[in-house]
Amino acid sequence: MEVVRLRVNGDERKCGVPAHYTLLETLRYGLGLTGSKQGCDKGDCGACTVIVDGRAVLSCITPVWEAERKDVRTVEGLADGTEPHPVQDEFDLNGAAQCGFCTPGILCSSVALLDRNPSPTREEIRTALAGNLCRCTGYAKIYDAVEAAAARLGE
Amino acid sequence: MLRLPPFRYHRPRTVEAAVSLLHEHGTDAMPIAGGTDLMPNMKHRLFTPAHIVSLNGISAMRGIEVTSDRGTTGGGNASSGDRASGGVSSDTTLRIGALETLADISANPLVRRHCNGLATAAGLVAGPQLRNMGTIGGNVCLDTRCTYYNQTEFWRSALGYCLKKDGDVCHVTKVGRKCVAAHSADTPPNLIALGATFTLTGPTGTREIAASDFFITDGIWNTRRDSDEILTEIRIPLMGPASNGRESRVDGARIARSGRGPGPNGRRLRRRSAYRKLRQRNSIDFPLLSVAVAGDFAEDGTVVEIRGVVSALGARPRVLAGWDEIAAGERLGNELIGALAERARAQCRPLDNIIVDSDWRRAMVPVYVRRALGDLTGG
Repeated sequence: MEVVRLRVNGDERKCGVPAHYTLLETLRYGLGLTGSKQGCDKGDCGACTVIVDGRAVLSCITPVWEAERKDVRTVEGLADGTEPHPVQDEFDLNGAAQCGFCTPGILCSSVALLDRNPSPTREEIRTALAGNLCRCTGYAKIYDAVEAAAARLGE
Repeated sequence: MLRLPPFRYHRPRTVEAAVSLLHEHGTDAMPIAGGTDLMPNMKHRLFTPAHIVSLNGISAMRGIEVTSDRGTTGGGNASSGDRASGGVSSDTTLRIGALETLADISANPLVRRHCNGLATAAGLVAGPQLRNMGTIGGNVCLDTRCTYYNQTEFWRSALGYCLKKDGDVCHVTKVGRKCVAAHSADTPPNLIALGATFTLTGPTGTREIAASDFFITDGIWNTRRDSDEILTEIRIPLMGPASNGRESRVDGARIARSGRGPGPNGRRLRRRSAYRKLRQRNSIDFPLLSVAVAGDFAEDGTVVEIRGVVSALGARPRVLAGWDEIAAGERLGNELIGALAERARAQCRPLDNIIVDSDWRRAMVPVYVRRALGDLTGG
């Protein structure tokens, strides 16, 4: 075991992990942050997507040491206290989540997009979410929700 | 759940320290940059190195800049050193540090202006998260892929191992003497078409190798990089104003010899490049077929030199032969594009190394070559 120091959702966290742990394993099994999902666990599905230094990355294939001294944001850190992030709120209002397994990853990809590009086109939303697989929704309501959130954030 | 095998994680700050670690631990060590290829492969137990050497702390391996000084290294950014719109000396190159991510390369204004095919290719690799993580150095050194090899340990152990990993037979071709895993990276065909060179640093020093010489026809290990060498940077020669009849920096000598090159001194060539990729889904997937083209055009729009590279069909990208002899001095119209595409089809035979029908992939060769060449004409 070695001690890794992470800044997760604004909190400085310390955690003892084996040297070969991924960022996802550290979040889920070291810090108890089980919002980020372990889906394919090999970089295909996007369920483990988190935001590191403003960019959406796959935590299941990120060695935990590469996240040290960086700003890690997970689905647990999107809301402002009890107030959901506008993207989360619009997912609810638009029915953009069904089984919900892909949702944390898609929320992170969406927030990373809107932080960089506050008024994306539909095509830009589709491209930004092209690394997140959803087997329930068919994506249309997800794109609707991100568009609605962008409009709300722009007000 | 796919666990990684145990390893020690090293984080050197210099190329020399990283090389020293790789050399010290030999085949028990591997370098990592973005990790998007290595980590899944390790989860599949295709590699189980006891030491992982992270290159991400090496600042000298970052930066994208136009340089005319061979000694320039590191620290550059997208706008610094861009003198391409003014006078450019004959040894002007676009330098890309191997640690630059595919997302940054696809969006970089210098890459987009000078090497549009490369920017396009970088933007079509995998999906957005993987482009945020994956580096161009890693893409160049990507392991070859095959329908049998890229499976979990559990899956492979059921039928028995293969030539590329722990076995002595190829389960894909059945005849079994040669590994048919395919080169599957998007950026190398473009780097070859653009005449790039790779800088490799190993325990005995630094060497440069042409992108066109870097890959070999061996699915098991398809590059000339030794396991204790690190690809540190990529240099792409840029077109400058002609001064001596050898304007094209890529194989300029051949143009001069052919007699079809630009005649009078001082004429300016214009280079355009493009990339097309065949895959099942428009995201995440590796290419089933990839086509990179780069052409140098005279002021009157005629072709001075044109290069095509096709990949994902075998262990190394294939440089298409016989293009200049029909293209030089001609305009790139529909007739010429059709003739070049037919030459491409005649030279390309996809191996049966992935699950998609190889006859269909072959039929797509002229289609994708036509589309890529069409991109060069802007239509």
